[in-house]
Amino acid sequence: MTPIILLDTLLAIILLVLAVVALHSENLRQSIFVFIVFGLVTALVWARLGAPDVALAEAAIGSGIAGALLLAALRDRQPGCEHIEPRPSWQVLTVTYLVIGVGLTASWAFLDAQASRSGPAIGEMVQAELAHSGVSNPVTAVLLNFRAYDTLLELAVLFAALIGVMALGPERSAPQAAGPLVSHFVAWLTPLLILAAGYLLWVGAHAPGGAFQAGALLAAGGIIVRLSGKSGIFPKGAWLRVLAASGYGVFLFVGLAVMAGDNAFLQYPSDWAGSLILLIEIFATLSIAASLLLVYLGGYPNAWMEDKESQHA
Amino acid sequence: MLDASTLYGLLGIFLASLGLHATILQRDILRRILAINILGVGVFLVFIATAYNGPGVAPDAVPHALVLTGIVVAVAATALALALQRRLEMLRRESDDE
Repeated sequence: MTPIILLDTLLAIILLVLAVVALHSENLRQSIFVFIVFGLVTALVWARLGAPDVALAEAAIGSGIAGALLLAALRDRQPGCEHIEPRPSWQVLTVTYLVIGVGLTASWAFLDAQASRSGPAIGEMVQAELAHSGVSNPVTAVLLNFRAYDTLLELAVLFAALIGVMALGPERSAPQAAGPLVSHFVAWLTPLLILAAGYLLWVGAHAPGGAFQAGALLAAGGIIVRLSGKSGIFPKGAWLRVLAASGYGVFLFVGLAVMAGDNAFLQYPSDWAGSLILLIEIFATLSIAASLLLVYLGGYPNAWMEDKESQHA
Repeated sequence: MLDASTLYGLLGIFLASLGLHATILQRDILRRILAINILGVGVFLVFIATAYNGPGVAPDAVPHALVLTGIVVAVAATALALALQRRLEMLRRESDDE
């Protein structure tokens, strides 16, 4: 039993207020900004609950990239489509009571599960097997060794979403070139982000960090460069596509390759586990960065079409 | 006596309920996508709260890994939903022009 400290109460109140404002503010722009702040405060809660890996991912992806996506979607909007008549009160009441019912049932189930839980059984298994996993950060061990299936399919989901986004139309128009002050700032910031991403990728083997956080930081760097109007430095055409597919591809290849030596799918040999995990993580980082950057563009890049036309000509 | 794990778990359920409520009742698609994201954070909070074993004790790494996966899947789903919304608006504009 851990007693609640003042910090917990404050964080809980702040999160509730931010959630209500984000959900019900009149102004959509305000909602999105409050949602970004909500994500950052959530990252504090993850840190408080001893989950620094999740805190890093939440700050970079849940708050940063999701916020950037929502703001870009807001910018696409034509004015004048936001006047929607309110719902009739019977609908509001019915849904409210139903949701209260669902919430109370879930709370009862949660309290019951808390009261009857008998120690962290799976967590102990992870700690016991950690020495064989090839890494010493338990979260990375679960993600890339014990439950590698989940992570493989997660990369597949990201790739599928990317194909979906690119099937829906061309990218949104690029922003104008930024002024000298912003350009200079971006020129300083981007190398730092790349450096920080490399650090997070490497340190993920034994401390909080890993492919997701590193990939999100790289993608954030890409989005900042894009917003400053200098997207000419990105890899063009097929390269970005190959990069986006490489995370899933390399993971699948390694999973199949280890079967050559009498292992099950994705069951790495103990001696090789560390190197294989690093190999998978390097490509996962690049692929996550490329995928998140491509979905931020909002469709297939126009440069690809120019490529094709120049080939035909 | 309420401990930290229970407090955050219940907070997570409450946030998820708020998000679910807004997801159903909002009419604007962007607002709905935002509400689903808040619903997701509520669910993640329940997971991480159950993984917490008190200060100084190693938390359960499995829910942490699940939530990390969940965050990336959530952002992928958000991106796809926003692209669909953009396409929908483009089609609506085209049919208005005709």
